[in-house]
Amino acid sequence: MKILIMGNQNVGKSALFSRLTGVNVTASNYPGTTVEFKEGMMKLGGKPAKVIDVPGTYTLEATSRAEEVAVKMMKEGDVIINVVDATNLERNLYLTLQLLERNMPVIIALNFWDETKHKGISIDVEKLQKELDVPVVPTVAVTGEGIKKLVSGLNDAKAHGHKHSDKEKWARIGRIVKQAEKIDHKGHTLLERMEDISVNPMTGIPIAVAIAFFMFYIIRLIGEGLIAYVFEPLFSMYTPLAMGLGNILGPGLVHDILIGKLILGQIDYVQSMGLLTTGLYVPIAMVLPYIFAFYLVLGFLEDSGYLPRLATLIDTLMHRLGMHGLSVIPMLLGLGCNVPGALATRILETRRQRFIAATLMAIAVPCMAQIAMIFSLVGRYGIAGLGIVFGTLFAVWITLGLILNRFIKGESPEIFMEIPPYRIPYMSSLLKKLWMRMRSFLREAIPYVLLGVLIINLLYISGIVGIIGKAAAPLVVGVLGLPKEAVGTLIMGFLRKDIAVGMLLPLGLTLKQLIIASVVLAMYFPCIATFVVLFRELGLKDLMKSACIMIFMALLVGGLLNIIL
Amino acid sequence: MIRMEVSLVQLRAGEKGEIKRIEGGPMFHNKMASLNIRPGKVIIKVAAQPFRGPITIDVNGRRITLGRGMAMRIFVEVGG
Repeated sequence: MKILIMGNQNVGKSALFSRLTGVNVTASNYPGTTVEFKEGMMKLGGKPAKVIDVPGTYTLEATSRAEEVAVKMMKEGDVIINVVDATNLERNLYLTLQLLERNMPVIIALNFWDETKHKGISIDVEKLQKELDVPVVPTVAVTGEGIKKLVSGLNDAKAHGHKHSDKEKWARIGRIVKQAEKIDHKGHTLLERMEDISVNPMTGIPIAVAIAFFMFYIIRLIGEGLIAYVFEPLFSMYTPLAMGLGNILGPGLVHDILIGKLILGQIDYVQSMGLLTTGLYVPIAMVLPYIFAFYLVLGFLEDSGYLPRLATLIDTLMHRLGMHGLSVIPMLLGLGCNVPGALATRILETRRQRFIAATLMAIAVPCMAQIAMIFSLVGRYGIAGLGIVFGTLFAVWITLGLILNRFIKGESPEIFMEIPPYRIPYMSSLLKKLWMRMRSFLREAIPYVLLGVLIINLLYISGIVGIIGKAAAPLVVGVLGLPKEAVGTLIMGFLRKDIAVGMLLPLGLTLKQLIIASVVLAMYFPCIATFVVLFRELGLKDLMKSACIMIFMALLVGGLLNIIL
Repeated sequence: MIRMEVSLVQLRAGEKGEIKRIEGGPMFHNKMASLNIRPGKVIIKVAAQPFRGPITIDVNGRRITLGRGMAMRIFVEVGG
């Protein structure tokens, strides 16, 4: 048995899916969180049943790619759970009536049931059920209210199959809403008043800037706090253990790979480059705290419903760069990690927009792991160096966007999206999402970091880095003004950019060289994990195009910085 | 009061109007209808972004942002 969860965008389908299957998926308060369908299993009357979380759709007359996917998947289902936003009944019922025409059993989850009360909406469930002639169950997916009843009602799901014209559908919806829904207008709540302030350009732009600064401040505060009070002390307890192991191993190849080089007889967690020293310290003590802080703040922004408002404010700028406002979402996600950022480009309608968004993100949006390392390294010399690094990347983002908008062929449709109401995020779902993201960071980052450290050690020991260094010297030394040993960091950058930035430290670079190296490392190529996702999303030809742009731009910008600074 | 028909772009922020007609093919009509933008609905213009930016409207208490090109093709009647 296959159960499809279908409904408009942003009605809580993913939250319901998590409830039913126990599989954790990301749920947020903006349309299009689910760009890929997700499958999970649940027990139904003792038998396993497959549950599919279908991307949100407003109509079955596929007007976008996500809707095409939804329509295609319908053919494979046995029963549909139609999630309906109880606070927006009229519009949601349009899809419901379309689903009822398809001759598939349907049951309705009337979600956000708790919100109807403080919005002054009362819905007569009995009447609605009678009018639609399918079971209707009020639910609050995030808390689990009504889920049991929904599951036990699955057997009563009913199929219809009469076709109606659009006009007839809207007329019928009008009658149903009149019968079953009463709206008792209350005064605007504080949250509702804030909604308009944050999309009105006069007030919205200052608010957006304030939020950005506040976000930045909080992330640094939490990140630095965790490093100073949790992870530094943790690693200083670990040091004697690692030193002891080093003594047992004695000098030699194994020591070099596991512990790395001792600096003045001591382990230097950034410079030693051993699997058990730098390989653990960089991802855990330097990067993880910032990842944690970033995703905590991002989760709050996502669930509050602020992002679609930001998308509205920034739409005009994004159009000049060949995208539209919603591309702020892949960019923001890319700041955490480029992999989900690349996936989120699917939120855009055309190939042209997706190509531009993916290229700009991969080239000019460094991930949090890399940002944390740049802060740690370049930040030692004060704020000016950091300003140059991130200012340069921002200028590249804008300039390259303007250029791509001129020269890439294809369509750039306008923004068209619903802005969800502000919601106070549920702590439990915030924490769950944070935990999922931390876990995927640990799972994906640490193996790559360890592999990267191992490979780079082997490449150094075997002398291959020296050979490549000599070959690449004209570019690395001549154009970028870096020592030829820096080629090792560029090789590392394919695997993990955070470790690559860390590898700059032992090279004894000047501030100018550090700035150039940080910018080039951010731009020249995506890390392998992002590369794989981009390949899947863009296809080989567009990926090659994108990669050529990256390498060319990195050399150009690095070379210019070398001349100017 | 004089009734007049204006596009969503011409409508002033904070003003209310009833949608009278939508210019465009069936695809465009369907796309608009999917977010409940259809003739007969009363909408309020919430905001317009500067430099030919998008328009935000209120339909049944829900905010929707749409590009200026789309907004130019939706006509509402104000006054009366």
